[in-house]
Amino acid sequence: MLASGRTVSSRLLRPTAWLPLRLSSERTAASSLQKELIKKHEQDELRPLYMDFQATTPMDPRVLDAMLPYQVNYYGNPHSRTHAYGWESESAMETARKQVADLIGAVPREIVFTSGATESNNMAIKGVARFYKAKKRHVITTQTEHKCVLDSCRILESEGFDVTYLPVQKNGLLDLELLEASIRTDTSLVSVMTVNNEIGVKQPIKEIGQICRSKGVFFHTDAAQAVGKIPISISDWKIDLMSISGHKIYGPKGVGALYVRRRPRVRLEPIQNGGGQERGLRSGTVPTPLAVGLGAACSIAQKEMEYDHQRVSMLANRLVQKIMSEIPDVIMNGDPEQRYSGCINLSFAYVEGESLLMALKDVALSSGSACTSASLEPSYVLRAIGADEDLAHSSIRFGIGRFTTEEEVDYTAEKCIEQVHRLREMSPLWEMIQEGIDLKSIKWTQH
Amino acid sequence: MAAAARSQVMSLYRTMLRESAKFPSYNYRNYALRRVRDAFKANRNVEDPKAVERLMEEGRQTLALIQRQVSIGKMYEAQKTVVD
Repeated sequence: MLASGRTVSSRLLRPTAWLPLRLSSERTAASSLQKELIKKHEQDELRPLYMDFQATTPMDPRVLDAMLPYQVNYYGNPHSRTHAYGWESESAMETARKQVADLIGAVPREIVFTSGATESNNMAIKGVARFYKAKKRHVITTQTEHKCVLDSCRILESEGFDVTYLPVQKNGLLDLELLEASIRTDTSLVSVMTVNNEIGVKQPIKEIGQICRSKGVFFHTDAAQAVGKIPISISDWKIDLMSISGHKIYGPKGVGALYVRRRPRVRLEPIQNGGGQERGLRSGTVPTPLAVGLGAACSIAQKEMEYDHQRVSMLANRLVQKIMSEIPDVIMNGDPEQRYSGCINLSFAYVEGESLLMALKDVALSSGSACTSASLEPSYVLRAIGADEDLAHSSIRFGIGRFTTEEEVDYTAEKCIEQVHRLREMSPLWEMIQEGIDLKSIKWTQH
Repeated sequence: MAAAARSQVMSLYRTMLRESAKFPSYNYRNYALRRVRDAFKANRNVEDPKAVERLMEEGRQTLALIQRQVSIGKMYEAQKTVVD
């Protein structure tokens, strides 16, 4: 019997009907309280810990601090020549340029600000090839390059250039003799990335530079994953063009740089035309806050390189040792010595990569690179190093960076071990392996 | 001279650690605490008073930076991470 004296009918047999009749404001207060509780629960959900430093990196607080004044008060266009807003903005941009140059051993005039490493790669490859196209129609690159390099080469092919995509060895490294043999008299450019973003392999850049210089071919390297992490000297390594990315070195997204050698001069046809900024190679207003951020990131990286390198190596060893000691049948992709330690690509046999990633939802990881993770195909880099199809599908990339802690590494390792065990328990292939059956000897019936 | 400055150095060290502990972000907080500790440890044996003064000034500027960035972190706070 309700407080109001009305009889209960079937229509009213809902839980709320048993409550005494309330004032309408109280009822709305009750439902809004429910909404609050739901919202609080969603907000309380903990964020995964970040272990994907090759995809992008958080901005260092020191970088943000350097950038903010130029986002708030010092907003002038650095190309405005007639007033203090322009002058102070230009001064900041030139300071940033020097900071970038110092990190790689170059001179400020050799640095061109761009919107990122993708634009720098496009500029270098298309620009150099097109400038020298009268006499030189051949470009060499590798099969493990970043998509933007491969795609730029594909466009060059459609313009009538010859492109050689060199294979890599099983450890991910380029065969130097093969490179030397592939260089022709009409080769204008060789492009090889310094550190691979998927498997962390470090190419023999010094030797490649030597070969290219001796043959009179320009050498471009995509150093997005290497700058600020390993010492780079464009003069020692005889590099003619180098791509730099801001958001891989704890700087802002949307900015990068291209190093273009002046002695001996490298000429390129610009892809972005306009008011002639950046020596005519890349027109457009240079975004001062972003350039300042890139400069600050480079300067911090230079100071912190040794410290970060020791820490990242220690953490990487810790992660790999923990995982490999607890789980059998784990393979590290790429050369174990010639690598940047902060990028670890592991293949877990008899476990599907996507399911492992889903199971590790507390940790932000990736399999393959961010720009290819949308497709279902296994990574072309893993295919190029000759990884088995099924192992290529079972690979996960762990990224360790400046801000990673021991706790995060331990948590990741434990969760990984736990989930791999669980997934293998469920796998019939694993059962067969345990019984000693050689999977390759099985004749799967065709239906 | 260096001995008199020692208490100042320790005071700056304690203040920097105290401020670093206020970072809302787990990663920034741990990095700041660790980096401050390691930086002071690495420079423990610096004798030259000019060098000491230069490092102290750098420390003071970094302290101000930490304070600014802590405020920004608090303004745009996000949820905690799993290991927090």
